Amino acid sequence: MTLTLEEVEHIAELARLKISPQEKNRYREQLSEILEYASRLGDVDTSGVDPTPSVLPDRSAFRSDEPRSGMGAKALLFNAPDVEKDQFRVPPVLE
Amino acid sequence: MSKLVELTLSQIIAGLRKGDFSSCELTQAYLARIDHLESQLHAFITLTPDLALAQAEHADQQYAAWRVDSNVTLPPLAGVPIAIKDVLSVAGVRCTCGSKILEDFVPPYNATSVERLLESGMLIVGKTNTDEFAMGSSTENSAYRTTHNPWDVNRVPGGSSGGSAAAVAARLAPVALGTDTGGSVRQPASFCGVTGIKPTYGRVSRYGLVAFGSSLDVVGVLGHDAVDSACIYKLIAGHDQLDSTSADRPIPEFKLVDSLQNSLTRFRIGVPDEYFIPGMQPEVETAVRKALSEFENLGAEVMPISLPHTKHALPVYYLIAPAEASANLARYDGIRYGPRVQSDRMWDIYSRTRGDKLGSEVKRRIMLGTYALSTGYYDAYYGQAQKVRTLIKNDFDQAFENVDLIAAPVTPTTAFPIGEHLDDPLSMYLEDVLTIPASLAGVPAISFPVGFDKQGLPIGMQLMGPQFGEEILFQTTHSFQLVTNWHLSKPKL
Repeated sequence: MTLTLEEVEHIAELARLKISPQEKNRYREQLSEILEYASRLGDVDTSGVDPTPSVLPDRSAFRSDEPRSGMGAKALLFNAPDVEKDQFRVPPVLE
Repeated sequence: MSKLVELTLSQIIAGLRKGDFSSCELTQAYLARIDHLESQLHAFITLTPDLALAQAEHADQQYAAWRVDSNVTLPPLAGVPIAIKDVLSVAGVRCTCGSKILEDFVPPYNATSVERLLESGMLIVGKTNTDEFAMGSSTENSAYRTTHNPWDVNRVPGGSSGGSAAAVAARLAPVALGTDTGGSVRQPASFCGVTGIKPTYGRVSRYGLVAFGSSLDVVGVLGHDAVDSACIYKLIAGHDQLDSTSADRPIPEFKLVDSLQNSLTRFRIGVPDEYFIPGMQPEVETAVRKALSEFENLGAEVMPISLPHTKHALPVYYLIAPAEASANLARYDGIRYGPRVQSDRMWDIYSRTRGDKLGSEVKRRIMLGTYALSTGYYDAYYGQAQKVRTLIKNDFDQAFENVDLIAAPVTPTTAFPIGEHLDDPLSMYLEDVLTIPASLAGVPAISFPVGFDKQGLPIGMQLMGPQFGEEILFQTTHSFQLVTNWHLSKPKL
């Protein structure tokens, strides 16, 4: 199967990846090859088979609802590229 | 070069306790060796010599106090160095995951596996090189440098834990932590001639491990032999409340037995025909089959078995792992950590930062995963892959009703030259074909050296066990290592 350039552009947009025209062409070829290989799985008979989202048996991962202290704003903001008054600073989201 | 770096973990612990040498002397010996060889090997992304020496001094004080009064608490591995793959958080030390998008990221907390090692008294010499976000089989995808195989510096050490494997092989550290999602501990262990364990999924906490494929990622150990690897494994394994996928099963207290008298008489070892693939390097097959007759000499019953869905493992993995990665890497957006490529528009910050700072293999996998999960394709790709995964897991469950262990080669070839697979991603993915099934099934597996090819490159073999069967893997490997010398060979560095 071969992906079109438009499909590659659409995937890149969904994944929020800005890629150059050369990258687009290269990924188009490479992704097509990989997906072609992967699509052979379509031939495997999986009727009546349940998926395996996790190899561990299902169990509750909840803990008791008791408050605990967190890491604190200082630690959490330490690596941020743009900080103002203990907040992450970003451009407007809504126009 | 100091003889101290030739010691095994057990010899180091004994020597420190007896006072034959101090932790400072030991640590300095490793740091000097790192200094001498790093320009050739590039096993590390970040070195932490000051931190290591400070911890060594502290350990020496603990030993001094303990020798005066043996009731004083002495952490079991006080003053013993270890290297940590740069996808595991060490508080206060840069953690890059081999990526530019985390170039100066400093984690504010320790990964649980790291925390447990620090509590045991270990000291960290540095963060080892890795393929970017652990995606790769050669450590060539690191955005910082390529690590060179100590056995032949023109070849790859394997990946993604290539830095850790090279560090142990070259004696830059006696042991190292790595991670294994599709083979990333076992394959570099095989290429570098060391012993690497991939525990059962959920056996070791993933808290503080930067996520790649959440249903596949496992923290593992690389060491010179089963004894050393088991020692570190016991320190890090076990339930962790901070990891909701951590298995709530106690680690049995076990000690490896040295007695050889028919030591493997109880064991049935299954050899799946599907793992001896066409195009495999003949010397690899020869060495593995020779090792199997060694197991028979030790009393094991070796028998052919079939894991019929093996051939589907690679496509299953290269749909599931990228799908999970596409979700896990969505957080790298230039907002809360890492560098930011500025723009007036939010969406642009995401696209430009990610486009600019993520490497091509990572982008390729994110796009693969995004496609496999997208509307209209989810059922055919991701959904189908998850079902075939069940079939692969069932193969293992059924096999373990008749055998105790499964033995197989680890890689189709020995270490390949640097640059060989870079133009063809699919050819790189094919390197993982023998390690991926155990990852999909979540079963533990150990890789250890069983010979060398005519170019002097190490050949590895793997044993796979039932879930939570790490003890059998360590004991069987240890029994093998008592009667063979492959694991004692050292690269000429």
